[in-house]
Amino acid sequence: MLAAAFGEEEFGVLDFRLSDEQEMLRKTVEHFARTVVAPQAEELDEKEEFPYDIVRQMGEMGLFGLPFPEEYGGMGGDYFALCLAIEELARADSSVAITLEAGVSLGAMPVYRFGTEEQRREWLPRLTSGETLGAFGLTEPGGGSDAGATRTRAVLADGHWLINGSKAFITNSGTDITRLVTVTAVTGEKANGAKEISSILIPVPCEGFRVSSKPSKVGWHASDTRDLAFEDITVPAENLLGERGRGYANFLSILDEGRIAISALAVGLAQACVDESLRYAKDRQAFGKPIGEYQAIAFKIADMELRAHTARLAYYAAADRMLRGEPFKKQAAIAKLYSSESAVTNAREATQVHGGYGFMNEYPVARHWRDSKILEIGEGTSEVQRMLIARELGI
Amino acid sequence: MNIVVLVKQVPDTWAEKKLDPSDSTVDRASVDAVMNEMDEYAVEEALKIKEAHGGEVTVLTMGPNRAVEMLRKALSMGVDKAVHLVDDALEGSCAIQSSYALAQAIGTLSYDLVLLSAESSDARMGVMPALLAERLGVPQLSDARKVDVDGSKVVIERMTDYGHDKVEASTPLVLGVVEKINEPRYPSFKGIMAAKKKPLTTLTAADAGIDTGRVGLATATSSVESFTAAPPRAAGQVVKDEGDGGVKLADFFAAQKLI
Ligand SMILES: Cc1cc2nc3c(=O)[nH]c(=O)nc-3n(C[C@H](O)[C@H](O)[C@H](O)COP(=O)(O)OP(=O)(O)OC[C@H]3O[C@@H](n4cnc5c(N)ncnc54)[C@H](O)[C@@H]3O)c2cc1C
Repeated sequence: MLAAAFGEEEFGVLDFRLSDEQEMLRKTVEHFARTVVAPQAEELDEKEEFPYDIVRQMGEMGLFGLPFPEEYGGMGGDYFALCLAIEELARADSSVAITLEAGVSLGAMPVYRFGTEEQRREWLPRLTSGETLGAFGLTEPGGGSDAGATRTRAVLADGHWLINGSKAFITNSGTDITRLVTVTAVTGEKANGAKEISSILIPVPCEGFRVSSKPSKVGWHASDTRDLAFEDITVPAENLLGERGRGYANFLSILDEGRIAISALAVGLAQACVDESLRYAKDRQAFGKPIGEYQAIAFKIADMELRAHTARLAYYAAADRMLRGEPFKKQAAIAKLYSSESAVTNAREATQVHGGYGFMNEYPVARHWRDSKILEIGEGTSEVQRMLIARELGI
Repeated sequence: MNIVVLVKQVPDTWAEKKLDPSDSTVDRASVDAVMNEMDEYAVEEALKIKEAHGGEVTVLTMGPNRAVEMLRKALSMGVDKAVHLVDDALEGSCAIQSSYALAQAIGTLSYDLVLLSAESSDARMGVMPALLAERLGVPQLSDARKVDVDGSKVVIERMTDYGHDKVEASTPLVLGVVEKINEPRYPSFKGIMAAKKKPLTTLTAADAGIDTGRVGLATATSSVESFTAAPPRAAGQVVKDEGDGGVKLADFFAAQKLI
């Protein structure tokens, strides 16, 4: 994709098309999302039920293994393949899409990127098959954006880490199939007096691991979000993930990638709003003709399509740079910021197109509206994205 | 057990379909083309039989160039190879002509089972299993909702209005399956990547020994004379079950004079 092929032609071609395989993957997930996920979305949302059966099926399709090599049970694809799947799932149900996104990019990816060979062999086959889920706990009750303000502590003694502290809003951390929670914890002090933050793997459930009940959320009802408390949890010293003192830095690099995946999710939601509005505007009559024939409504939908399309190009471009091994921090922040704000705007406008019915939960746009807001908050708020972009610009 | 599965590309079952007023055929250009949904059950059943008893699964389609996309999908589900019968002379063939052309193409392959679904979602004739069995001179097991293979013996549960019949025949044979026989798998990413490397052969009418005078729109045995659009569906009535759903449903049917 997006390969500027400098071949025989003098000036080269910029290619935005998906390959046959990428298109087939997209179509496969689209079909699954439309025929299996979408019909269950309203009920899962209303009952706030975690979609165990859908997760099992996504596991069978290999979606949790998309960006990992086959030797770890993966599918041998790449991060862009994952993004295509997430976008299509989000067109049907954001809760399902975030379950995949967090399972892969926060649960399994840190183990793949920073784990020892042993840690990879122990955890990845189970996580990449979707049989079990991993979670990543960075955010604490006292701070999300300022992740360096971590208070959870881990003390190394007699070959074991003793972990105490708490985490807030951790996705996939309390399901029946959650077996791994990776946490950031203060493990000492650096020479300059700053906190030394490291990542540690906690196999769960375990002694001292407390999971809150389900909080009442505005959206993402079928996704599992929990607060966690750690009371004298002990894990072997080998459960350190990556270098000691690199926990925070490593996690920030995981977040850079994750932003591209969240952007794909936001694009899926933004596109779903176009799809629903288009259908409704052709059908719904007011003052003797379909509302889509009024320019006020037609232009709204045109603008929604504009945002979805542009946001998609933004995440394609960020993924392209990432997969080429070029710096992509700014592009990922731009994609995340633009697509999440587009999702929120599209959801608001789609609700408007639906009039009073848009405020009724039986219409998907109402769910999209509730599901959209978190996109401007999770994995780095919009303010944080602007800070990152400005910093990349040198201010 | 070597299996040939017949698949057909049809206009997307979920999309709104239109008939082209000029020749009364389905306007295929305006909608996505997909594998006939029921054919996915046939492919799945073939893969299941192969997984349990070994052998090779070949998909065969007769259709235009774009049908290749659907063959790739079958390959990505796990089918071993694909054969594409494509020739301008075949365009507009009726069911009887198609069965002749397909039987000719099947004749170029070695098979124990020819597996296909009971009907396609566009033409909905439901005659192909019987036509093919006759052409190939082999037994037909049709409307199977369950299949058991034991050596060369195949036993099926044939779905009927009142339940099912148990029917048995020996290979080679034609096996027609109905929906609900299984849950078709989704292609995995690995399957999608592997599909490109699997053999996909193209056959022309001449390759399959088809007499082109016996196929195509000009000599078709049936044609659509005229058509009328279905009346738009009126909004349905939702019966909410608040403990008295059964009574409300009965009242509704009684009011419609259905009971
Ligand atoms: C449903 C859900 C799922 C989540 N899943 C996970 C998970 O799996 N793992 C995990 O670790 N976390 C998770 N989070 C936490 C999420 O990442 C944080 O909520 C987010 O990073 C914001 O942190 P905060 O809530 O502490 O807000 P704060 O950091 O307190 O921010 C409050 C406001 O202040 C702004 N702000 C903060 N600092 C600055 C600054 N320097 N300049 C300008 N503005 C600033 C913010 O942008 C925001 O508008 C999840 C959250 C939710 C709601």
